[in-house]
Amino acid sequence: MQKIGVFVCWCGSNIAATVDVARVAESVKSIPGVAFAADYRYMCSEGGQELMQKAIKDYGLSRVVVCSCSPRMHEATFRKAAQAAGLNPYLVEIANIREHCSWVHKDKEVATAKAIALAKAAIAKVKLNTPLVSGESAVVKRALVIGGGIAGLQTALDIAEAGYKVDIVEKTPSIGGKMSQLDKTFPTLDCSACILTPKMVEAATHENITIYTYSEIEKVSGYVGQFEAVIRKKARSVSVDRCSGCGICSEKCPSKKAKSEFDQGLRNRSAIYIPFAQAIPNVPVIDRENCLKFQTGKCGICAKVCPAGAIEYEQEDELVTQKYGAIVLATGFEPIDMAKFGEFNYEYCPDVITSLEFERLTNAAGPTQGHLVRLSDGKKPKSIVFVSCVGSRDTTERGKTYCSKICCMYNAKHAMLVKEKYPDIDVQVFYIDVRTPGKSFDEFYRRAVEEYGVQYTKGMVGKITEEGDHLLVHASDVASGAQLSVPADMVVLATAIKPAADARKLATMLTASIDTNDFFTEAHPKLRPVESPTAGIFLSGVCQGPKDIPETVAQAGAAAVKVLGLLSKDKLLTNPCVATCNEQTCSGCLACEKVCPYGAISAEYKLVNVKGLKERRLIAQVNEALCQGCGACTVACPSGAMDLKGFSNKQIMAEVDAIC
Amino acid sequence: MVYNYYPGCTLSTKAKQLDLYAKKAAEALGFELAELKEWQCCGAVYPLVQDEIGTRLSSVRSLAAAAAIDGKLVTLCSACHHVLKRVNSDMAENKEINAKVNAYLELDKPYQGETQVLHYLEVLRDEIGFEELAKKVVKPLTGRKIGAYYGCLLLRPAGVMQFDDPENPSILEDFIKALGAEPVVYDYRNECCGGYIALKDKSSAQNMVSKILTSAANKGVEALITACPLCSYNLQVNAAAAQPLPIFYFTELLAEALGVKEEV
Repeated sequence: MQKIGVFVCWCGSNIAATVDVARVAESVKSIPGVAFAADYRYMCSEGGQELMQKAIKDYGLSRVVVCSCSPRMHEATFRKAAQAAGLNPYLVEIANIREHCSWVHKDKEVATAKAIALAKAAIAKVKLNTPLVSGESAVVKRALVIGGGIAGLQTALDIAEAGYKVDIVEKTPSIGGKMSQLDKTFPTLDCSACILTPKMVEAATHENITIYTYSEIEKVSGYVGQFEAVIRKKARSVSVDRCSGCGICSEKCPSKKAKSEFDQGLRNRSAIYIPFAQAIPNVPVIDRENCLKFQTGKCGICAKVCPAGAIEYEQEDELVTQKYGAIVLATGFEPIDMAKFGEFNYEYCPDVITSLEFERLTNAAGPTQGHLVRLSDGKKPKSIVFVSCVGSRDTTERGKTYCSKICCMYNAKHAMLVKEKYPDIDVQVFYIDVRTPGKSFDEFYRRAVEEYGVQYTKGMVGKITEEGDHLLVHASDVASGAQLSVPADMVVLATAIKPAADARKLATMLTASIDTNDFFTEAHPKLRPVESPTAGIFLSGVCQGPKDIPETVAQAGAAAVKVLGLLSKDKLLTNPCVATCNEQTCSGCLACEKVCPYGAISAEYKLVNVKGLKERRLIAQVNEALCQGCGACTVACPSGAMDLKGFSNKQIMAEVDAIC
Repeated sequence: MVYNYYPGCTLSTKAKQLDLYAKKAAEALGFELAELKEWQCCGAVYPLVQDEIGTRLSSVRSLAAAAAIDGKLVTLCSACHHVLKRVNSDMAENKEINAKVNAYLELDKPYQGETQVLHYLEVLRDEIGFEELAKKVVKPLTGRKIGAYYGCLLLRPAGVMQFDDPENPSILEDFIKALGAEPVVYDYRNECCGGYIALKDKSSAQNMVSKILTSAANKGVEALITACPLCSYNLQVNAAAAQPLPIFYFTELLAEALGVKEEV
């Protein structure tokens, strides 16, 4: 007979206000096997743990049930406490009477009855618990950072500085990300490139960092400490080793019709191109879709003019396989598509532009050398209207429900930059709210209003129309209730930002969860903000949620620290709650293999002893290192041969029986 | 193919052309519009009052009649289409309205909003296809610059009407292209023409009409097409004399391109 101890936690008033904890403790005492039951104000406190440990020793308890908060919160605490008292940690069960009970009920009678039922279920289960022992696995001392923007660069630099190897995989031809496209940064108005390029150079020259540009992640397998990634190095068609970056190929390239991605399509580029002056590596890439040599077989001018003989038309994609201990997602963002926002006339009207286009337009290295002109006629605008929240805080299906967070500040920045350079241009900003929390942020916005005389109008823009050579911005003025039609020569839309398009694909590949907006989900929104719920996967930058540069850099550093904590370990304890296959009853149908999301199940021919006869047949095999204990196979198995340690079919049935 | 057809009152009086050309064109395209027996006025304006069912009853009678035949009902007038579609949505989504209407009408079978209300343009786009339509055009309107005037009733509320993108619609432009003409996009094509306040506040209506016609003319539009009798009326009556832009029903151009206009 087991000797079970039941400990009912008050959690202050969190549980005790809604559940009669004393009654719970009292009512379980009569259950066969329960040798001890008590309630206590805070079971997770040192006093609570001591109470448990003393009872284990005094009563010779062989099993423990704690009726408390979610196991996500304190299962580890109580397992550790029981272990210290000499009990196998997997002989502890938690009955969640807080999140599943006291927090969702108001009626004390009902809640108490439910808490008792939950306690009974846990008692029934714990009777069938078996001692489990964690295995060990090694940690590969190398990290993979996916994305080479400021987030990825900062994380990689911090890991590399601590002495570990890091690989950065960037899908575009250069590292630098969105920050490299920006002109100035708020709230200090320092030049974005001036503060970013030193970091790019540092990463490129760091002995511990390997950068794969123009590369994508093809496949990831394995688990925390032992990931294996296949990186697809797309064919650049130019030898990185031989190219000197002289740029004569781009100059002579006759195909100049492709839109420059870096300049947001405001300028054309050649088919062989270096995205921007400070690109790293400073080596061009051939965009084969637009290259005459690849499309028609004729041309080949770049190969003829290249003094280094670096052009390699025959280059093919290359696959690199590498092992990693940790993976950091730093895939960043992109502005939303304006196709569904017809009222702003973006599609038809060249003088309605997005904020990112405006960045390129005011950048000295941009398509107009920093001269602010209208795209329609090349004239300097006399008045500019900025529209906030285009697609942000929008509950219709075309928009994003969240606040994109950076727009209020860059609107103020843009408005000020215009006023600073051209005091004669009228600048008006339409907004829903101006949100400027952040160090020196509100002061920055106030400066735009008070020193530079930028006109801020609370109200949303409903339509933008063309009236001859200027635009009319139709908006409401909430303060006066008036409907305004404001003439403007240029309109700049602060478009919402969304996670990069491939976030969803990567999430599937890594079994890292994403939310409904495709932002990667953190393990805990407050306490584990840079870790994904999947062990060994970390989050850096906007791929986790909208952030400005200072926040991104801070979070990138935090992600690096978490990676370092992992890489500094030589061994990791594995979760012993994994699937196991009963060879006697397994029919070899392999339904389990098909549903396993981790590829942990394989098949093998084995000699099995069936009723005294040896038989050679196909049996499912579980790789315990890969198994994450999700239990999908146990449900899929038609013969009940698959079972999950710690959550066996018998244990689950016993729980159900105890409640019903 | 025979479709149940709901013409509505205006199409038998002020907007006969809209109806006649539609029927002729349908014939040329190989389908028939079979007028629903005993249809009643749709109510003309969709009632926003939630606890009033009286003004919804006539719409439901027609919807239920169509449900009893084959479950499809084709409309032509923008206003009728708007009212029928929204009342239909009420019957499917709003339990209270559904219960009251069914209790009052005592139909053989309670009506649950199952009829599919199709605008004639939707029949062209979704059932026949603009590519097929283009193949049947015998007198393409080559070189003519046509502006689509959508008005408000076909597009909004977008969630209920499910007709097209309310801010950047394309169905009429695609239609114009299918006829061989050149669609011209202008800013005010989906703005209200002010038809509903034409009697109460003439100057506002004139102001709105002027914006639409000026914006279209500035983009080089030579003629506007619409599906709405009220818009058509308002755009002509309340236009300033200096800006005459011909307004056609879309069915007239359709009949012309299909070579059956003269038969009407």
